[in-house]
Amino acid sequence: MTLLDLANPTRFLSLTAKVLPWLAAATAILLAVGLYQSAMAPDDYQQGATVKIMFIHVPNAWLAMFVWGVMSLSALGTLVWRHPLADVSAKAAAPIGAAFTFLALVTGSLWGRPMWGTYWEWDARLTSVLILFLMYLGLMALWRAVEDPTRAARAAAVLTLVGAVNLPIIKFSVDWWNTLHQPASVMRMGGSTLDKAFLIPLLTMAVAFSLLFVTLHMAAMRNEILRRRVRSLQMMQAGQQAA
Amino acid sequence: MTALAALIRRDLRVALRVGGGALIGVLFFLTVVVLMPFALGPDLALLKRLGPAILWLGALLASLLTLDRLFTADHDDGSLDLIVMSRAPLELACAAKAVAHWLAAGVPLIVATPVLGLLLNLDGQATLAVALTLLAGTPALTFTGMIGAALAVTLHRGGLLLAVLVLPLSIPVLIFGVAASNAAIAGPDGFGAPFSILCALSLAGLVIGPVAAAASLRHGLD
Repeated sequence: MTLLDLANPTRFLSLTAKVLPWLAAATAILLAVGLYQSAMAPDDYQQGATVKIMFIHVPNAWLAMFVWGVMSLSALGTLVWRHPLADVSAKAAAPIGAAFTFLALVTGSLWGRPMWGTYWEWDARLTSVLILFLMYLGLMALWRAVEDPTRAARAAAVLTLVGAVNLPIIKFSVDWWNTLHQPASVMRMGGSTLDKAFLIPLLTMAVAFSLLFVTLHMAAMRNEILRRRVRSLQMMQAGQQAA
Repeated sequence: MTALAALIRRDLRVALRVGGGALIGVLFFLTVVVLMPFALGPDLALLKRLGPAILWLGALLASLLTLDRLFTADHDDGSLDLIVMSRAPLELACAAKAVAHWLAAGVPLIVATPVLGLLLNLDGQATLAVALTLLAGTPALTFTGMIGAALAVTLHRGGLLLAVLVLPLSIPVLIFGVAASNAAIAGPDGFGAPFSILCALSLAGLVIGPVAAAASLRHGLD
């Protein structure tokens, strides 16, 4: 099975109809396990119970960036390979990515209140995630601004790729600007600095959230395909009535 | 090469004549700067401290507003189709149009900076620093804005959508432009690094902007 086999929307629909329940079940189980592990994790000697916000906050932040990566791949699929489902994937991913980014901002803000003494700080990491959120919203505005999905798809693909180039620039430029957020501690040279008691629930939650994204994305793609079918049926009906 | 030079000459001529509207950008820049003391209060010390940031924001907004015209005027009279069909590569034609737009709309902003710096109580050195950073940074604004302008013309939408798409992309330019200006005011030491990055952003924009704009024009026009 290759990516080309999935180019047929009908085949995609029938395949995902089989896969989706299993994915949803796996997501639910992993989320339950992850939440249980998070609840059982010890309190931090400095932060107390608030450290548990991390198990929600960090996977959300990872997913926020990962979804832009998925959209960039889809954008390449639209522009280079003209894959018929690439723009469906890009369009379906944008609101999900925006939601993850929003949740990362909100949980981070709630975590920042007891730890830093403020809900919002114009700090490098916070600001770059906020910009990512704005770019998601701009992309969604672009999708909504145009009626014809294929035209919107190409414009959105160009913007997604430009945003992908700009994201690392923004990330590092704000690093030199102002910083309060802690540096990377899980994925870094020389191994993780996080204790096992925190690392295992965190990784479980990360996998659970990734599965959640895949499930939601697949469901949203199915909806988008069906929505387009309804739209073309309505157009045909309107055409028949006019004739 | 001659085709591109002719394109630059034509764009400059169109921009500077009646109906071109390139110089309205300067007027807008002046108006934004004049509005600031009304919002902040006529405190000269405060204005001096915020001066570089105000000038950079004004220049950013002014270049954004003039960008709306970059492709739409050509699209309306059909010359954009000729440019797309011509034998000169579309990427180079886009770069030429951006250069012409920068000469017509960007350079006047830089020329106006000393006068506006006077209004904001900036001394000679600070004004020079802001003008230099604008000289190095406004090409990056034009090149990133061009991508938004190309998207807007293919979608027949302009105005607010263009602003929403382009403004987040211009954040690095704003950060390093203001950082370099403030560093130059504090002392000559810290100026080099942010200024070099600003130049690098403009050069990277020169590569990415025309390619992305050409891609969206090629895919989007029908």
